[in-house]
Amino acid sequence: MSYSLYIDAVNDFTNRFVKPIAHQIDEEETFPADTVKQMGLHGLMGIPFSQTYGGMGSTTKAYVDAVRILSQSCATTGVILSAHTSLGTHPIDAFGTEEQKKKYLPKLCSGEYLGAFGLTEAGAGTDASMQTTKAVDHGDHYVLTGNKIFITNAGYADIYIIFAMTDASKGIKGISAFIVEKDFEGFTVGPKEKKLGIRGSSTCELILRDVKVPKENLLGDVGMGFKIAMQTLDGGRIGIAAQALGIAEGAFERALIYIKKRKQFNKRIADFQNTQFAIAEMKTKLEAGKLLLYQAASDKDQGVSYSMSAAMAKLYNSRIAVEVTDQCIQLLGGYGYIRDYEIERYYRDAKITEIYEGTSEVQKMVIAGKVINA
Amino acid sequence: MNILVLVKQVPDISIIKIDPVTNTLIRSGVPSIINPDDLAGVEEALVLKERYGGKVTVITMGPLQAENMIYSLYARGVDEGYLLTDRKFAGSDTWATSNILSSMIKTLPYDLIIAGYQAIDGDTAQVGPQVAEFLNIPQVTHVSKIIEQKNYKLIVEKKYEEETHHLSVNMPCLITTVKSMNTPRLMKADLAMHIENKTVHIIGVDGIIVDQKEIGLQGSPTKVKKTYTKEVIKRSSPIEIEPKEAAMRILSLIK
Repeated sequence: MSYSLYIDAVNDFTNRFVKPIAHQIDEEETFPADTVKQMGLHGLMGIPFSQTYGGMGSTTKAYVDAVRILSQSCATTGVILSAHTSLGTHPIDAFGTEEQKKKYLPKLCSGEYLGAFGLTEAGAGTDASMQTTKAVDHGDHYVLTGNKIFITNAGYADIYIIFAMTDASKGIKGISAFIVEKDFEGFTVGPKEKKLGIRGSSTCELILRDVKVPKENLLGDVGMGFKIAMQTLDGGRIGIAAQALGIAEGAFERALIYIKKRKQFNKRIADFQNTQFAIAEMKTKLEAGKLLLYQAASDKDQGVSYSMSAAMAKLYNSRIAVEVTDQCIQLLGGYGYIRDYEIERYYRDAKITEIYEGTSEVQKMVIAGKVINA
Repeated sequence: MNILVLVKQVPDISIIKIDPVTNTLIRSGVPSIINPDDLAGVEEALVLKERYGGKVTVITMGPLQAENMIYSLYARGVDEGYLLTDRKFAGSDTWATSNILSSMIKTLPYDLIIAGYQAIDGDTAQVGPQVAEFLNIPQVTHVSKIIEQKNYKLIVEKKYEEETHHLSVNMPCLITTVKSMNTPRLMKADLAMHIENKTVHIIGVDGIIVDQKEIGLQGSPTKVKKTYTKEVIKRSSPIEIEPKEAAMRILSLIK
């Protein structure tokens, strides 16, 4: 009862606030700030976090369903919620001190604050251990210097989880995590990147020039940063898997409407066996993807290791997102290629899911590592 | 301010399809919605609660499945809900329905009662006014805007074709609301998720003080003599003509 009402609430929200502007924010490359504010007002910004800190107190499954449903209409909105929840808020919830949780979680869960995550650097992508951002201990504070690139929600986020080297000699064990507020002196955001897809989302460089970060904003222990980053990305992958599946489902629904209406050779496109086989293949992929997604979400909720199930959910769903959106364009023919028909947006949006929060190659490394070293 | 809102679950007539063979309405599988004028009333009640404090309670009469509607109203911020359901209520016309609703209302504290102007399935616009009569309280129907509450009076706006009236009405009172007056808020996801913490009060005939001869089919003064399905007549068909000719044709039609 309550879960189906919750799903109704997310669908109603998407239909009123997300779907009507999805095409426009892609065309104009505008960040949907009002929608984000509305997500907060409608209780969507803290789904898997405790009610003690202002969250919904619900499950990872509820959270991924929200990202999936939003992404059926707008992948930009889906990734904003995913980055905010999995990357910006989760690390504080999982690794923060009681003071940090009390200070930041209620604002993040209410949507007053938007969260973001800064790990990637120009020379540290998949090999995140090559961090050059430095954090120097100055007694009661750290001074952070360096640059982060490709940061989702940059410029609109209020807090950033930033990773920096506190001791370069220790390699990955010398990385620490910090909560950096957008108003900290020396912290600036670079221009917006122009992207193939998810064009309404904000992706920018972060520039840290002697940013004074108080000691109480160190997240977890000194040297724990790499572990925090990897564990956070495991969760983030479930969010991206949900986004990818939502993109595929959204394109599929649009194609379904078209094939039932469009006639050629005096038959509906849906009456051709080629179309039927394509629909059957796609539907099977969508359902398989959903099971992998729910498995990963369930693993996280049960408190068992979810690195491998999250990696498999992301690997598979991001692949089918690209395949299904490609196939859907093919079913629409020339119309599929026209921007007003909106299917092509799903195709452009799908590609990023194979790249960010660990490329598909990284997912394979994680899966193979777990299987072979088990 | 204690606000009671009368709500009704109705079939979503906007998606009812017409059987092309029999020309009749296909009713099966049509989802139920909250009557739009009633939902506007709930929104007004929630806005008043935000402005003046208090409590919003909804009351509905109908089958047990109407419980779901009340849960969805809880997810919008409604505090409490009563569902009047009993086999003995079945077949009630608007008078008997108003009688049952008023009997329930008499057991509750209230400063304001809001009812939707009319239900999209019955279109009578009678229940709101009749409830006010049963309770012997003042009423304003077809309110287009609630302006304010002052000195235990409600100031409301009512629009006519050529003029607008501002009316001051002593509370407790009853007003009826129309769909066009607002955009109802959506359910909040967090309230929806925790809806199992809330309960709907289910009230049968034993829960209210009412003369059983004055309810249900027996107690209804309205007797339906005959019902028949109206044939769907295709009234319009597009014609393609030059704008000038079209203008002349329209002119001749409205002259």
